[in-house]
Amino acid sequence: MNVGFAILAHVNLHRAGQLARALADWGAPVALHVDARAPEAEFAALREACADRPRIALIDRRPCEWGMFSLVEATLDCVSHLLQTAPGIGHVCLLSGACLPIRPLDDLSRHLRAGGPTDYIESNDIAARRWVQGGLAEERFTLHFPYSWKRQRRLFDLSVRLQRRLGIRRRLPAGLMPHIGSQWWCLSRATLEGILNDPRKREFDDFFARSWIPDETYFQTLVRRHALRIENRSLTLNRFDHQGKPYMFYDDHQALLEQTDHFFARKIWSGADGLYAHFLDPDRVDPRKPGTPSRLLERPFQEAMRIRCEGRPGLLSQSRFPCRWFEAQPSTPAGYVVFDGFDALIPGWHRHLGLHNSRICHGRLFARDRVEFHGDMEVYRGNIPANPRIRDRAPEQFLLNLLRQDVEFAPVTLQFRPADSAAMARFFRRDPRARILRLEDAWLIELYRACKGDPDMARKLIGRSGRWPDAGTRGRPDPAERATVESWPLADALARPERLMRKVMARVWPEGPLPTLPEPRIPRNLPAFAAALGHPAADALAEATRERAVRDALYTQPLLDAG
Amino acid sequence: MRIRPFRAYALRLARKRRQLRAWRKSRQLSPVALRLESISRGDILLFCTLRNEAARLPFFLEYYRRLGIGHFLFVDNGSTDGSAEYLIAQPDCSLWWTDAGYKQSRYGIDWMNHLLRRHGSGHWTLTVDVDEFLVYPHSDTRPLRALTDWLDASAIKCFGAMLIDMYSDRAVGETHCPPGADPIAAAPWFDAGNYQIRRNPRRGNLWIQGGARQRVFFPDRPEAAPALNKIPLVRWQRGYVYASSTHSLLPRGLNIVYDEWGGEKPCGALLHTKFLDTLPEKTAEELGRRQHYAGSREYRAYGARLAEGLSLWTACSTRYQGWRQLQDLGLISPGGWL
Repeated sequence: MNVGFAILAHVNLHRAGQLARALADWGAPVALHVDARAPEAEFAALREACADRPRIALIDRRPCEWGMFSLVEATLDCVSHLLQTAPGIGHVCLLSGACLPIRPLDDLSRHLRAGGPTDYIESNDIAARRWVQGGLAEERFTLHFPYSWKRQRRLFDLSVRLQRRLGIRRRLPAGLMPHIGSQWWCLSRATLEGILNDPRKREFDDFFARSWIPDETYFQTLVRRHALRIENRSLTLNRFDHQGKPYMFYDDHQALLEQTDHFFARKIWSGADGLYAHFLDPDRVDPRKPGTPSRLLERPFQEAMRIRCEGRPGLLSQSRFPCRWFEAQPSTPAGYVVFDGFDALIPGWHRHLGLHNSRICHGRLFARDRVEFHGDMEVYRGNIPANPRIRDRAPEQFLLNLLRQDVEFAPVTLQFRPADSAAMARFFRRDPRARILRLEDAWLIELYRACKGDPDMARKLIGRSGRWPDAGTRGRPDPAERATVESWPLADALARPERLMRKVMARVWPEGPLPTLPEPRIPRNLPAFAAALGHPAADALAEATRERAVRDALYTQPLLDAG
Repeated sequence: MRIRPFRAYALRLARKRRQLRAWRKSRQLSPVALRLESISRGDILLFCTLRNEAARLPFFLEYYRRLGIGHFLFVDNGSTDGSAEYLIAQPDCSLWWTDAGYKQSRYGIDWMNHLLRRHGSGHWTLTVDVDEFLVYPHSDTRPLRALTDWLDASAIKCFGAMLIDMYSDRAVGETHCPPGADPIAAAPWFDAGNYQIRRNPRRGNLWIQGGARQRVFFPDRPEAAPALNKIPLVRWQRGYVYASSTHSLLPRGLNIVYDEWGGEKPCGALLHTKFLDTLPEKTAEELGRRQHYAGSREYRAYGARLAEGLSLWTACSTRYQGWRQLQDLGLISPGGWL
């Protein structure tokens, strides 16, 4: 056999034993190092299980500590044992007790033979490439690390902070270029002998003994001194999550593992009986066809990372509840359109918009006394009730819940008047996904209707509440405004109402088709009414009405609604 | 998050008070059948208070045995329907009995706190009711141990799971689930997207309301609807206490099972199969006992309407299909668990 295996085991020794036996049965020499801190009973069981496999050598146990040099020493012990006792091997593969071969070992043997004296190791120049997933990178080499990160976290942090403050920098042994990469490699005999017999090995060991996580830097750096040819890639599939801890594989990952072109996978969950039975079965038929390059599916890893770190936008849930400092108001899941004021021209016009195909067009969702869902539903999708009390419990979340139901129908439209809810008016203005289409001064029409065109009564109405609530549409400019706002003056609606409505709808559905709307109902006396109230737009309204009258006379269209 | 020192001290006192209370109330518990010596290191333990659940217990035990619970610890609050006899016969169950007030033990949580402290320390513990079924990402292919191992590796101490009320498409009174059968199959519908979430500034936990119960029973007082946030799965340590039911814990850091910086933390759901044909009868009994939260307002809300053939189902209800569906709906999250 042209490859030997060094295995480092710390916990779940029965799994490490299972792996070692499978490798030995295939015919490879195995050097198995067990952490001296592993329970004696488990080790005894392991020794018994391996007793009938002469190819498995149990290396003298050292206490291993995560991130410390003892791991490198254990690896060196295994390697030198293999090189001495198995003269036939050309490569040594370093595995952990939680690894599994996921491709036939014969493939590995062929692959190594074809590559000749190539070294398969991830070895990235620390200055050139950002490999480290959170945590220290260059400082692993330049600071002293006398304390254990796992057991003496406070001392560890304190010593790092202190050394930074004092500006302490260790000097790298001359001629070394710091490299970093995955701990799991497969190196050729020549390279390993070069590292083991290097006349400066003592000096290097002393240096790395006090660097941090040397198992990711020792071989990765020294290999650059001795290797003939390096393939900068590990043969072991090993992906890290946002905490820098390896992803675990379970029984349901079998299909995923059979699609990568790595030879080993780490880390296998110790309870994954299915994976162990499947991949250690010597009669397993590999679904990969020889010769076709298999692909590594990065998507599941990226997806898991994205969910954990960025989350699903527009989702508020028991697992994602951003604080105010992260986002001042929750982000919405999809774009949507807020029609502001047009329902004063055509009351209930959302009912006409939504009639066409799959457009979701809600009415006044935030009216004080009612909730008008698309299609006048009593309960909307997701069982959102048309209940203003429940809505007012959390109006923003009500909107989010609603938008989440119809993400595939975006943009959803809704009717809104600032008088409905001041809080939601502010929310819409500050939401970058909101598109607000507004008819200025639409409140004049509502006021006109409310007081039947009598300016005196209108003054009384306004006077009683200080001002007509919807008059605040324009409001003061909001520095946090991020919505897209388009507005049209009321005079446009008076002059050519049909054209304005078409234009507004085309803004939302440019590709059409546009619904036919009932005729807008504009009070004939609106300009006079506005003038009597001293509204600044009164002149423009009068002008628009005259323009319309002239055109109506020309085209003999029906005159303005008396309404 | 930082809180002011005196507030921190007040919370510490609250925690100590609850510990003391749990110890005091522990004298109400008399052991019936204890098999605690069969608990081995690393077992996942389930803690549960029950009353008259004989019909539901066989499936409950089967469900959680399949997930890999190592030992069940029950407090029987005066059952008369043979629940106790059934549990005594189970080799992996320990049973305590009491007829003391459910309300006076703060809805059973004092008893739970005591048992958790005594027997749960150092274990992953699951505290649920007999009508609650835990679902988590990959729960169809991975046992609970896979999840707890990963939580351990990620240094996460607790796992949130909101309550999702399940119901059938018939009247509640006609939703029959034969003894021993799967209640989720009998009541497979739920509300997918009508939940409201607030943050409790004092204890840091989320306060979730909504779902079928708010929609149907509390349309006029949505603020009175029951809380749906729960933290049932905890790696217990001696100092921990459940503060109010399993909705929140002390120390308060345990309540931060959600991410505040945009990401998602792992969480599951408890499928709550309360709305079966046994509920009207139960409601009548519970109203007689007056042993439930806030003057049993929840049961008062059910009372009259269940008899009228009320159904919780609407055309917009969602039929349960599995954890993946809940994940797509955003109700649960794998939170970086591949």
